Amino acid sequence: MQPELLTGRKAYDETVSTTGGDGMNETLAIETRDVSRIYRLRGPRHKDDPKEIVALKDVSLEVRRGELFGLLGPNGAGKTTLIKILATLLLPTSGEAFVDGLNVVTEMQEIRRRIGMVSGGETSGYGLLTVEENLWMFARFYGLDNRTARERINMMLEVVGLTDRKRTKISDLSTGLRQKMNFVRGFVSDPHIVFLDEPTLGLDVTAAREVRSFVRQWLQDHPDRTILLTTHYMAEADELCDRLAIIDRGHVLACDTPTNLKRRLQREAIFRLRVGPLGPKPRRDEMIESVPGVRQVQVAEKNGHTDLSLILEREDVLPEVLAHLTRRGSNLISLEKREPTLEDVFIDMVGRGLDVDTSHRVDQDHE
Amino acid sequence: MTAIADRILNIPFVRRSDALRTFVVAAWLGWQIESNWADPFLFAIYSLARPIASVLILVVMYAVITDGAMEQPIFSYIYLGNALYILVSSVITGVSWAVIDDREHYRTMKQLYTAPLDGYAYLMGRGVARMLIGTISVLITIGFGLIAFHLPIRLATIDWGLLLLSTALGVASLAAMGLMLGSLTMMLARHFWAVGEMVAGSLYLFSGAIFPLEVLPPWLRPLGFVFPVTYWLEAARRALLGPQALGFPTLAHFSDWQLVGILSGMTAVLIVVSGFFYRWALHQAKEKGLIDMETAY
Repeated sequence: MQPELLTGRKAYDETVSTTGGDGMNETLAIETRDVSRIYRLRGPRHKDDPKEIVALKDVSLEVRRGELFGLLGPNGAGKTTLIKILATLLLPTSGEAFVDGLNVVTEMQEIRRRIGMVSGGETSGYGLLTVEENLWMFARFYGLDNRTARERINMMLEVVGLTDRKRTKISDLSTGLRQKMNFVRGFVSDPHIVFLDEPTLGLDVTAAREVRSFVRQWLQDHPDRTILLTTHYMAEADELCDRLAIIDRGHVLACDTPTNLKRRLQREAIFRLRVGPLGPKPRRDEMIESVPGVRQVQVAEKNGHTDLSLILEREDVLPEVLAHLTRRGSNLISLEKREPTLEDVFIDMVGRGLDVDTSHRVDQDHE
Repeated sequence: MTAIADRILNIPFVRRSDALRTFVVAAWLGWQIESNWADPFLFAIYSLARPIASVLILVVMYAVITDGAMEQPIFSYIYLGNALYILVSSVITGVSWAVIDDREHYRTMKQLYTAPLDGYAYLMGRGVARMLIGTISVLITIGFGLIAFHLPIRLATIDWGLLLLSTALGVASLAAMGLMLGSLTMMLARHFWAVGEMVAGSLYLFSGAIFPLEVLPPWLRPLGFVFPVTYWLEAARRALLGPQALGFPTLAHFSDWQLVGILSGMTAVLIVVSGFFYRWALHQAKEKGLIDMETAY
């Protein structure tokens, strides 16, 4: 599916849009054209035929300068693979990708001068170095001179509230503090484009909120810079992103603003029901999905009751659903009508939730 | 140490070159890693005790077999070969180990390889710390030999030019070999961490470190002549021992400067080959998605 290119957070002058020598639009910070990535894994014996895992399939995306663009999908969807290709850590199997107008295969070193990358759940650096030493080292790897490096480190540590810990060894920092330091590392070179790969993974609520706040503030202060964020937290994507692409099993399913994506489900009725236990899984023709007008159902068994998330074509389908539940011996405990969320959009498109790991599939899945 | 690195990095031509800048910062990092695991006193004791303990094992074996013939020229041959060989293991392992260390222990490969650093210079720089520690160990071992076993080395008769030149070339060739092993390691799982040790161990047998190559069966001797280590050890022994080294049969038909010439040629070839090999291995690792793999299975 070809993504639509919509106006993002800022207004852009369409008239300045030109095409560069390599065919890349100069208003774009990132562009991918039919990028595919296939991993070939051999079994334990060498004579085993390699299994092919399709991590990305013909992904075409355009991210404009100044955007905070999100990649939303479950674990194993291909988000990190795409970021690795754009950050020059991985070669695409086919297709072309450009970062800041530069080809990710032939102009790697130039790209690295312009990007920063922060991943969630990473170890952040060398545990035996202090926060200041670690940041100084990376700043020098990025080619900053000593004075600039130290000024920026001090200024950014102040922003993230780590000044009093700058002489602490990284191994002595909590996960949240390490991730804050990681952010300073990723941004210290003043990059044109920043890749944030699940940046709030493993953080508590407060730390995750501070990270999101840092990201928002940085983009406000640097309106010409671009961030590509991957996440499987819908609220995070909804809160931060100007536009986002929903990605699943290596395919881009949709690309739009969060509001427009949710608007697709505006005509449907979305309910959250808590009911008595539903018992064993019934035959296919006795499942809730068999009720006419039911589009999607998510079932979660919890502590003696069942939570149902329903997407119905119309509100008047609900009495039929309740009658169906009564016939199956269940009873209604609570009912809530909801506005559509990005997860509803994802469920509507894919037929399952974002918490399903799809990383261990083989190519046959895509046939 | 950071202040010294800062000063070097501020030299204009270092600042402008990706490779030099990377090398200096990587050397600084390597030193932090190698020296920071213990307090300075413990680190000094370790640095002193380790080389002496390892050389004593060999000396005791030699003394038992020869009934204590420490004054024989072959003792100096074995002792110096063993002492200098500490550098072989330090340099080869220092460079190749950095890949496993960054990838599997510190898990920083993603952060390093998205920075605009020069990967070749980075690995070389990471090896510097172990080379320095190895050099200190060599000096301690030789110093111990002078005091405890009266090795026939006179400061006034040492051929410093030959010693420094051959050692510089020897270390450069070892670093290039280490870099090739490091490049190979990028494509291998963590249980190949000892690849540097394995190669260094094999060279111990075939480089005339502890016995002349003539001791080996004739069909195995050619192996010794294709390694630059053999020529470096011979040149360094001649520089340190002077006339006494003339009695050693291996490479006796080469003059000192012929040895240096061969060593220079081999080192140049190894540096060029290692550069190409590194680029090829990096490309393979990126194609196969192995740059930041973790193989703790």
